Amino acid sequence: MSWASDVRRMRAIAWKDLTAERRSRAVLNAVTFLGVLILMLFGFALGPDRDALRDAAAGALWLAILFSGILAFNRSYQVELDGGALESLLLYPGSRWSIFAGKLLANLAFVFLVELIVIPVAMVLFQVQFPEGWAWASQLAVLVLGTVGFVILGTFYAAMSSRSRSREVLLPLLLFPMMIPVLLGAVESSTSLLRGDPMREAGAWMGMLTAFDIIFLTAALVTFEYVIEV
Amino acid sequence: MAVGTMDLTTDVAASARGRTNWLGVAGILALAAAQLFVVVTSPPDRDMGHLQKIMYVHVPAAWNAFLAYFVVAIASLRYLWKGRQTDDLLAASAAEVGALLTGLTLALGMIWGRPTWGVWWTWDPRLTSTAVLFFIFIAYLLLRAFVDDPERRAQWSAVVGLLGALNVPIVYMSVRWWRTLHQIQSSPSTVDPAYAWGLRANAIAVLVMLIFCIRHRYESARLERGADDLVDRAALAAGRGREVTDG
Amino acid sequence: MTRRFGRRWALRGVSLTVASGEIVGLEGHNGSGKSTLLRIAATALRPTSGSVVIAGTPVQEDPDRARAQVGLLSFQPGLYDDLTARENLVFASRMLDLASPDINAVLERVGLLAEADERVRTFSSGMQRRLSLGRLLLQSPRILLLDEPYNSFDRQGVQLVNEIVLTVRDAGGCALIVLHDRHVAGGILDRAVRLRQGLTDPAPSGEGLEARIVEDVAGATV
Repeated sequence: MSWASDVRRMRAIAWKDLTAERRSRAVLNAVTFLGVLILMLFGFALGPDRDALRDAAAGALWLAILFSGILAFNRSYQVELDGGALESLLLYPGSRWSIFAGKLLANLAFVFLVELIVIPVAMVLFQVQFPEGWAWASQLAVLVLGTVGFVILGTFYAAMSSRSRSREVLLPLLLFPMMIPVLLGAVESSTSLLRGDPMREAGAWMGMLTAFDIIFLTAALVTFEYVIEV
Repeated sequence: MAVGTMDLTTDVAASARGRTNWLGVAGILALAAAQLFVVVTSPPDRDMGHLQKIMYVHVPAAWNAFLAYFVVAIASLRYLWKGRQTDDLLAASAAEVGALLTGLTLALGMIWGRPTWGVWWTWDPRLTSTAVLFFIFIAYLLLRAFVDDPERRAQWSAVVGLLGALNVPIVYMSVRWWRTLHQIQSSPSTVDPAYAWGLRANAIAVLVMLIFCIRHRYESARLERGADDLVDRAALAAGRGREVTDG
Repeated sequence: MTRRFGRRWALRGVSLTVASGEIVGLEGHNGSGKSTLLRIAATALRPTSGSVVIAGTPVQEDPDRARAQVGLLSFQPGLYDDLTARENLVFASRMLDLASPDINAVLERVGLLAEADERVRTFSSGMQRRLSLGRLLLQSPRILLLDEPYNSFDRQGVQLVNEIVLTVRDAGGCALIVLHDRHVAGGILDRAVRLRQGLTDPAPSGEGLEARIVEDVAGATV
């Protein structure tokens, strides 16, 4: 009974965050443009040689996602802090993990929307062909696994950074060291898949990403109450 | 959660400090002895000459840095479980000492690498994992610096410490695999038995120093916290007293 | 009970009991700790020392059960600016796990039916407080904790607050109201307690004192 009501609370929070974002839409546009801008900067910094660009494509894309997507996380808590809504949120009876899960879902939708624009732009700027056959499905799987890991930890750490001093610098400092396995896994498997996966390594990296996602989703759900209540 | 009581009776504190000081003396002596042993007994490496001696500090420092993080992880877990202020102070002390050790490891690794490979940095897997550990330590310490409320600081750092601990093996595995896929440089061998005794002796010496430094830092932190508590209690009592006399 | 924030003691020694059917006012200057005490009673904060007992249950044992009984009207509206009034209430009803809430009835009761589909960002502070009151109505708690509900509120607003408080009282609940000056409450207070720099100091009681203790509501000792 209470599990079902927690799931309902999670959905309510995700709905609330997405509705609020849809109204203002300011942050989504800004983040998307920033992602594209970062890709351009990478192009200037690494190119214009075709081969160099193609080799760097996956890396540039993921860095663009990390640097722009991170802006979404503090904002997700800012909306609770502005009017004192966080206190009211914590006063509803119910588990704390549902608050985290709701925000996680909303942030996932947000970041996926940003990626929907940024990825085609990356393919164009970095001269990447659309994968043949079913390879695009593997690429999509890598994208999803990597994004999920990013958003889990981003949503989690932002619960702290948004309520501290120097929040703009604290969140990257906390989040980016933790993202190194995700960055390695996503970039390596993407790059390898673009070349047809000659060494059959993509599958193993994807396994590591899956394990990473499961481990940190569990850790986040279990420890969120310690972070949000104090 | 109630304010923890600090054990400040002077003889207990003094004897604890006394024990710690003995540990410090023992540590320095052990380190000096181990280094002397190494200088005298180990032969110059055929490739690297006497530069190899740096390994005798670099590797034990690395091992002990990871050990320090292990202490941070256990103390963080215990804090979340039991809520005792002392566990939080222990984690913070271990983090400070661990950060220093990690920095030392990186510096020595780079100093060794420059003459050997001609460059300051080659993305060697172990050194790179150590660099990531360094950033995880720094992130932990910066979080503590940016949070003022003691209870919030303790709870948040415990969670961050734990999550970082979960990531350390994953980072290590990922970086190592990444480097084997892009094989360029091989890392220096440290399993040659000629070096084993020297390494072990130094590792133990550094371990003693580690324990000394952490304990020293921990006791300073406890004394600071005890003093803060006394000031706060006085402020509390003074406020009450003043109200009563004003009528 | 005591509470500190970092190095500053907000509450130095507080002991307060509110019985069912009582409407108690909490007076004091700015910075005397009134809001802090209210938020501790609402379980939004934990005391540094001491305990809170709500309807016989110590809060530390079962916070959710305590929360189900208590409704807080905080000084900050606690609303989502980019959502409409209706959406804010819908969200609250989902978080409260209400089966089929009558949102329109609540909106009408607080006088916001006409602006139901406007964003809260466009509301005045009085309208925002009405919406927060609406959220309280949805919750229909037994114990009301109100933080300066009369501040810059028009006469109809004050009347609305008092009606809600009296409804809760008549149903067997009770209320603790923080205010600057007990006269603003328009005479509904049974008694008033004064807080000075974090210490309770029972002020001379206003109207007659009703001491019908059926349920201990908030009790704390240091």
